[in-house]
Amino acid sequence: MFYREAGQFKTSYTADMAIFPIRQDRIALWLLLAFAFVGIPVLAKFHVWPFGSEYLLRAILVPFLILSLAAIGLNILTGYCGQLSLGSGAFMAVGAYSAYKFGTGVEILFLKIPPLPMLPSILLGGLMAAIVGIVFGIPSLRIKGLYLAVATLAAQFFFDWVFARIRWFTNYTPSGSVNAPQLEFFGLFFNSPIERYILCLLFVVVFAFLAKNLVRGNLGRQWMAIRDMDIAAELIGIRPLYAKLSAFAISSFIIGVAGALWAFVYLGSWEPLAFNIDRSFQILFMVIIGGLGSILGSFLGAAFILVLPILLDQVPHALGIPISVETVSLLVFIVTGALICWLLIVEPHGFARLWLTAKEKLRLWPFPY
Amino acid sequence: MIAFGQFLEVLIGGLLSGVLYSLVALGFVLIFKASGVFNFAQGAMVLLAGLALVRSLDFLAARGFPGWAAIVLGLAFAALIMTISAYLIERFVLGPLVNQDGLILFMSTIGVTFILEGISQMIFGAEIYPLKLYPTDAWFLAEGVFPGGILLNKLDVWGGLIAGVLVAGLALFFQQTKTGRALRAVADDHQAAQSVGIPISWIWFVVWLVAGLVALVAATVWGTKLGVQFSITFLALKALPVLIIGGFTSVPGAIMGGLIIGAGEKLAEAYLGPSMGGGIEYWFGFVLALVVLMVRPQGLFGERIIERV
Repeated sequence: MFYREAGQFKTSYTADMAIFPIRQDRIALWLLLAFAFVGIPVLAKFHVWPFGSEYLLRAILVPFLILSLAAIGLNILTGYCGQLSLGSGAFMAVGAYSAYKFGTGVEILFLKIPPLPMLPSILLGGLMAAIVGIVFGIPSLRIKGLYLAVATLAAQFFFDWVFARIRWFTNYTPSGSVNAPQLEFFGLFFNSPIERYILCLLFVVVFAFLAKNLVRGNLGRQWMAIRDMDIAAELIGIRPLYAKLSAFAISSFIIGVAGALWAFVYLGSWEPLAFNIDRSFQILFMVIIGGLGSILGSFLGAAFILVLPILLDQVPHALGIPISVETVSLLVFIVTGALICWLLIVEPHGFARLWLTAKEKLRLWPFPY
Repeated sequence: MIAFGQFLEVLIGGLLSGVLYSLVALGFVLIFKASGVFNFAQGAMVLLAGLALVRSLDFLAARGFPGWAAIVLGLAFAALIMTISAYLIERFVLGPLVNQDGLILFMSTIGVTFILEGISQMIFGAEIYPLKLYPTDAWFLAEGVFPGGILLNKLDVWGGLIAGVLVAGLALFFQQTKTGRALRAVADDHQAAQSVGIPISWIWFVVWLVAGLVALVAATVWGTKLGVQFSITFLALKALPVLIIGGFTSVPGAIMGGLIIGAGEKLAEAYLGPSMGGGIEYWFGFVLALVVLMVRPQGLFGERIIERV
């Protein structure tokens, strides 16, 4: 009733293959983008609740966007190509530290690269992460599943150590923590929370669009074939080497860019601890809870994992129940764990599948079928 | 002679500390062997067992129980806690997930990890609790042969002994008892085992119970070494390379893997560490495991049924 496609005829192949074939979806997406790009900044400008508060932009929306980007990256690898990875934190760290090095100038032996502008350094950070991803993806050609998870965990521990111990990466700062350079893109400075938000939004929209198109195309179909049954995929002519390593490369590239944004835009100054194993798990949970193999799911999962602790913190306060900070952090543990188990039992495909079910229901309502 | 004595000291210390990793790895192997589930929650189970033990010991000691009675009661209480948690995990998480994909089961144990970590610290407290069950003083060997002798920690030696007894007991249990055979049948194929009349939920409960008790044993040793605290859960991660090297399905493999990782880590730290800035034992085991994975994916002792691509 509310979600009818009746009367929307497709008269060309292009229309049939459109990224959002249903008109309501297109309208909703444009409205959402308009709200994100224009609505939120305007509301923030005029201090309309809740968008007027700096806290919402700085501590919720910016990390939400960046972690969604990382979740999209991991979803390409785990959700679409079926390769479990516990090394997202390491790939984020590689992206962040490489971008930092390129942004402040690199000197290795006789090679000297002058400090690069912000955009090329972030993209080069992503590229370095992609290279590292390919290297640690090589074991995936022989092993899969849990064994591969351990291989990616090796990346996590190795890079934790590298960035903590090798001082060259931190430009020999005495404390080991690093300050991000000025956020300058093409002569524009992004300093206030709202500007940072817009910056992240631009990155996320571009990469989400790219990812959505990639997974619909040739490459994405190869990934999904490998995920669903690798032997059958090989038989119909898909090269596992190419498909798997390309998934590792593209996934790590996106995660690396997300890492650079996390460091530069959200944290500002950071230490290796910002990218430890907890970050890897956080991103993995976003992907599982949001829905494996869904771009929309990455956003839903990121929103959920980020908002949950805040809600658990606020609700007892609002109800007037005194609760200590420590108890809250333990409660977050318990509730996250319980939700993961519960979701795996009732809906292994995550929020994205719930959304599809809801759409189906809306289409039929008020008739049963 | 000094150099060789030092080498021996590092080697033996490494081997013994490797056995302590094996204690944690054993829990993984048990559950993987018997249910095909990679139990990420093993580290959290060690934490839960350790907290239950140390807090009940404190409680009983404060009530004036004599030392041995407090230890027996404390161990019994911790075992009871592990039984309850094994039952709850089977009943509410793994039971509904029977016949699911291995990856889904693995992720569900990550969820269990979080629940256990949260609940155990909420009930028993989240500080560092010292545990004194074994002697921890130093022990000098072969003082006549090498100047200064070889320095060992008595706790590590105790850990080695306990691990040996545990492995012997588990091997007997798996090979000689009816339940042990049923466990191996379930590991091979859930559905086939069910169809010949093996009660799968009971078997899974037994497996988680045994893994919980192994976690308790590991907790007594590690708790004495580090104090019972949250960072004990990271042992689960330290045990992963041990598993890769030894093979996921082999009990002796877990011990051998532990020895290799322990010795390799300590030797690398002692001889390569200074030139690389130190702290390489943090990742050495993982990189070693990565190399083993490339060459021999089933591990040194594992069965050759790993999914190859």
